[in-house]
Amino acid sequence: MPIFRSIVFSAALAGLIVGAIISVAQFFGTVPLIQKSEVYERKAEAPKPPAAHEHAGAAHDHDAGHSHDSAWEPEDGFQRNAFTVGANILTAIGFALLLTGIYAIRGRPVTWREGLLWGLGGFVVFTAAPGLGLPPELPGMPVAELAARQTWWIATAAATAIGLCLLAFRPAAWAAVLGLGLIALPHLVGAPLAPESHSEVPAALSHHFIAVVTLTSLLFWALLGVSTSIAYGRISRP
Amino acid sequence: MQQSQTAHLPAVATGSSAVVQAVMAMALGLFIVGAVGFSHISAVHNAAHDVRHANAFPCH
Repeated sequence: MPIFRSIVFSAALAGLIVGAIISVAQFFGTVPLIQKSEVYERKAEAPKPPAAHEHAGAAHDHDAGHSHDSAWEPEDGFQRNAFTVGANILTAIGFALLLTGIYAIRGRPVTWREGLLWGLGGFVVFTAAPGLGLPPELPGMPVAELAARQTWWIATAAATAIGLCLLAFRPAAWAAVLGLGLIALPHLVGAPLAPESHSEVPAALSHHFIAVVTLTSLLFWALLGVSTSIAYGRISRP
Repeated sequence: MQQSQTAHLPAVATGSSAVVQAVMAMALGLFIVGAVGFSHISAVHNAAHDVRHANAFPCH
């Protein structure tokens, strides 16, 4: 399977490079904001003094409900950062496999500028569209149920991808109408809403986080589009 | 170089076998992203925690 091998090799190479670069960007951009927010998250989770509210036993039940209190988690510092780099590289390889698979299906050489455009398509599908309904969230923000948000996120990405492909590759008028409809549909349905509750996380911090995540993601997809197109062009050349 | 890229190349490169291989690679990619970003296993969630937040994957 020479084509499968070319795709995997070039995606692994591009993912390794982009994952490493984006990790550096995150250590300066998003990670400090996440850590700042976790201070508020812990403050909100800490058992309240008995004078403030009800009996002390209620705080224990509250802790048990959180998924990340009892299970294993990496230690802060080197271990946590190493897992972040690893997860970034794996994510980049996964998305690189998608892009490179598309290049293989296209079946003709893809220039770096075309690769950049495919990468920007990935930004719209996987960051911009889901982010409209479910903006990037800091730890400690009130959120709707996880499974519902994941379902909406995946459905939105899928509908946006199909919609964009219809707009780009089907010249007929019906395709333009259907494509625009598919892109709009998830937002007409609406993302799962977070319950109304007060968050300890300052609004300025979460707005800053949204901007930093979106910019980092734009860099990620631009780099991934360019690097996959160059890598696949070199590796698949007979 | 430029001339060899014209009409004949696409027909050769996008045979059904090429499409099958490309789709397999894309499925592998979706599986990897799903495991890193969407798995409900607590240990996986905690390991990739900062990346999930930084990629705006739904978290917690």
